[in-house]
Amino acid sequence: MAQLAAVIGTGQTKYKTKRGDVSIAGLLREAAVAALEDAGLGFDDIDAVVIGKAPDMFEGVVMPECYLSDALGANGKPMLRVHTAGSVGGSTALVAASHVQSGTFRRVLTVTFEKQSESNAMWALSTPQPFSVHLNAGAGGYFAPIIREYMRRSKAPYDVGIKVAVKDRLHGARNPLAHLHKPDITMAEVEESMMLWDPIRLLEACPSSDGACAMVIAAEDAVDSSAKPPAWIRGGAMRSEPTLYAGRDEVNPRAGRDCAADVYRQAGISDPRRQLNCAEIYVPFSWYEPMWLENLGFAEEGQGWRLTMDGATSLDEGGDIPWNPSGGVLSSNPIGASGMIRFAEAARQVRGDAGAHQVAGAKLAMGHAYGGGAQFFAMWIVGADKP
Amino acid sequence: MSDDAVTGIEAPIYLQYQFTAGRAPARFLQRLKAGQLTGQRCPGCSQVYIPPRGACPACGIATEEEVVLSDKATVQSFTIVYIPIPGNPIEPPYIVANLVPDGANISFIHLLSDCVNDEVHIGQRVRAVWKDASEWDYSMDNIQYFKPIDEPDVPVAQIGKLPVSGWGAGA
Amino acid sequence: MRDIAVVAYHQSDCLASAGASNEVELIMPVLRQVFDQVGLHNAQDVDFVCSGSCDYLQGAAFAFVAGVDALGAVPPIRESHVEMDAAWALYESILKIRMGHADSALIYGFAKSSPGELPIVLSQQLDPYYLAPLWVDTVSLAALQARLMLDKGAITEADMAAVVARSRRNALGNPRAQLAGEVSVEELLAEETYVSPLRRHDCCPVSDGAAAMIIATVEQAERWGKPYARITGIDHRIESHNLGLRDLCDSVSTRRAAAAAGVADGAVDVAELYAPFSHQEIILSRALALGESTAINPSGGVLAGNLMMASGLSRVGEVFRRIVEGEAGRGVAHATSGPCLQHNLVAVLEAA
Repeated sequence: MAQLAAVIGTGQTKYKTKRGDVSIAGLLREAAVAALEDAGLGFDDIDAVVIGKAPDMFEGVVMPECYLSDALGANGKPMLRVHTAGSVGGSTALVAASHVQSGTFRRVLTVTFEKQSESNAMWALSTPQPFSVHLNAGAGGYFAPIIREYMRRSKAPYDVGIKVAVKDRLHGARNPLAHLHKPDITMAEVEESMMLWDPIRLLEACPSSDGACAMVIAAEDAVDSSAKPPAWIRGGAMRSEPTLYAGRDEVNPRAGRDCAADVYRQAGISDPRRQLNCAEIYVPFSWYEPMWLENLGFAEEGQGWRLTMDGATSLDEGGDIPWNPSGGVLSSNPIGASGMIRFAEAARQVRGDAGAHQVAGAKLAMGHAYGGGAQFFAMWIVGADKP
Repeated sequence: MSDDAVTGIEAPIYLQYQFTAGRAPARFLQRLKAGQLTGQRCPGCSQVYIPPRGACPACGIATEEEVVLSDKATVQSFTIVYIPIPGNPIEPPYIVANLVPDGANISFIHLLSDCVNDEVHIGQRVRAVWKDASEWDYSMDNIQYFKPIDEPDVPVAQIGKLPVSGWGAGA
Repeated sequence: MRDIAVVAYHQSDCLASAGASNEVELIMPVLRQVFDQVGLHNAQDVDFVCSGSCDYLQGAAFAFVAGVDALGAVPPIRESHVEMDAAWALYESILKIRMGHADSALIYGFAKSSPGELPIVLSQQLDPYYLAPLWVDTVSLAALQARLMLDKGAITEADMAAVVARSRRNALGNPRAQLAGEVSVEELLAEETYVSPLRRHDCCPVSDGAAAMIIATVEQAERWGKPYARITGIDHRIESHNLGLRDLCDSVSTRRAAAAAGVADGAVDVAELYAPFSHQEIILSRALALGESTAINPSGGVLAGNLMMASGLSRVGEVFRRIVEGEAGRGVAHATSGPCLQHNLVAVLEAA
């Protein structure tokens, strides 16, 4: 019943530690203008604007859509602001898509961002709350024990995370927009980097980036403005579960499994490893690659790390299912945009638009984002072929 | 861009809040001031939550029944942290653990100390080290940290399922 | 496009302070009410859930995450959140139903504004480089707007007082209201100004609370067998953040949204307008071209109690309530966000 919709333009800023040359609005506009140019459109062609970012406390701007409406050409139009924690980049893309899939609009601009240099995310995530013990050492401190439990369960070798860290940085070296460029990175360099939250080392964790990502999503009768082919949205799904509940499997959360099953059903996928050509998956800490390989059904439970170690997810090793050819969150992490970058990079792959990190002949790709205590999930599958 | 281009301004934001914990957490904190850990049992699924927030997150129903818990706990998982916590004087490296107290079905986060870091493991038994009673306040900091005790490990499948009477010889 | 039915609505009392209650404790009773109205067990019985809230009101990041604990989200649910008034969560939910990914949705908004100083907190909604460092609060900005209108002769102070007097009187019939009473225009005008030209009563109070709603396709509403009202139009528009670029005596975005929602396609029996300041109700009534035959804010509106982040959803709910109770056949609900009515949503509801 949903109307067909496709990505007809993507735009990203260069990701770096500090973009001192632009304001927050300037950062978003850069991505938005790039997406519009890619789509062969101008601001006047856009019917509605949907933005997303992680908590307002990161930059200290309350409900920033008010301030951003001018820079994004939204005046006189509907403008919506999504916030679903770390998954927000993905869920914003899905909400933007629903503006078209519902038959309500023909062309929607969607933008997500984080300007971490104008903020202190570590502080915003660790504000001392009276009454509770104050031991919150950032997101890594939260996820490290979960990774430890995965290592215990799967009996994976200690260097799986190190391998992922190297692989994604080698991918990132192909992507001119990536924050980290480490073409000469080695396993030894990662292993010797400082232990932050055991078992997470510095080079096994994502950087902190400024950046924005934008897309133009269009209805079936409005896809021809771009010089490039459209990336058809073949399925989209979201799932949420509480942060903590008795018996919750934090290593392999059910919300992720259910979300994947939903998006696969919509796209007619029964074997994601074989049917998808590549995937852009939210991996902020290296060990989340094998964990999500299992959670998303690319491998049996306890076996995800074997795909990583065999090079199946590596572009450089000619793997059959490259994960994060753009370099992923491990190479660039403007938090609120990180999910949308995954979604946009999946679209770039099936449009044949991914440059040096293109997966040859990619026809079907997955974008994935998660957030909170690995409890909020957003996923989509895009394809070169019209459904 | 000329050399004197303005690329940033300092605009500090100060906002003051009168924070409230919530009705159920307030009861929890009152008992904590008296040196006792308490949870709430869900009337639907019978699971015991600590710290209680007034709802069972799985069932989405209000919780009322208060349950006194042990200050002995099991390590569900942990991390050794090598970086400081903003606003906390603790010196790295230190161990932050997910601990399930006996009688509860959910873990909370606290420090693990007075131990050999390399020997800490999932399933290990630990017990609270309380501050002197004269220093007790409405705060989880009444417990300085947890430390290992001489009891056999809890099998992983049993973590989070122990009765308040605990484990080991008496269990 | 699929027709949308509002099936259930409930709002908590507007309280100056909800005391010790946390987010979950605020939300849960309100959700219980709407579930009971339809005969549902919990959020597992709807296809989609969307909420609206703002971290800065409570002063803690991820306020909405705690809200999920009120839902019974095991097994996992389809759920989303806007950092906006829940009226926009309603909008997102309607798109979800229109695209066929849901036949029903639960929407809720919640706020505990009492821990902070709301007008000051909202000053940080302004342009972070030029305006936020000046700490211009929402009351002062609204006062600038009122001054413009008075000096232009677009309203009188007596007009503003009349809005307040009607709000207080109407609120006598609304058990959820925070401020209600019989007070004359003369008495109100005798009060001192607070932020000139505004008097305290020209400004909405700050309230703690929550509101929830269940919507569905008309087919699903029929299956549930509950009375419902149809949402026949809904639209929202934003305008410039730069106050100097806007005609503050008008609400262009409200006019546009009203045209797109089809407000003028029939008689308007009742209108619930999210006007946090008395003069803004006059701006909105004019932008919506409401006449003598429309009962404006029969609930008392937000001058009688303002659940920031839920008041917009409540406006839709109040119109729904009057339609299913047979008091009105067709009504308009309005929600706003941002300084001086920057962003406005308009919905038209009709009897089934």
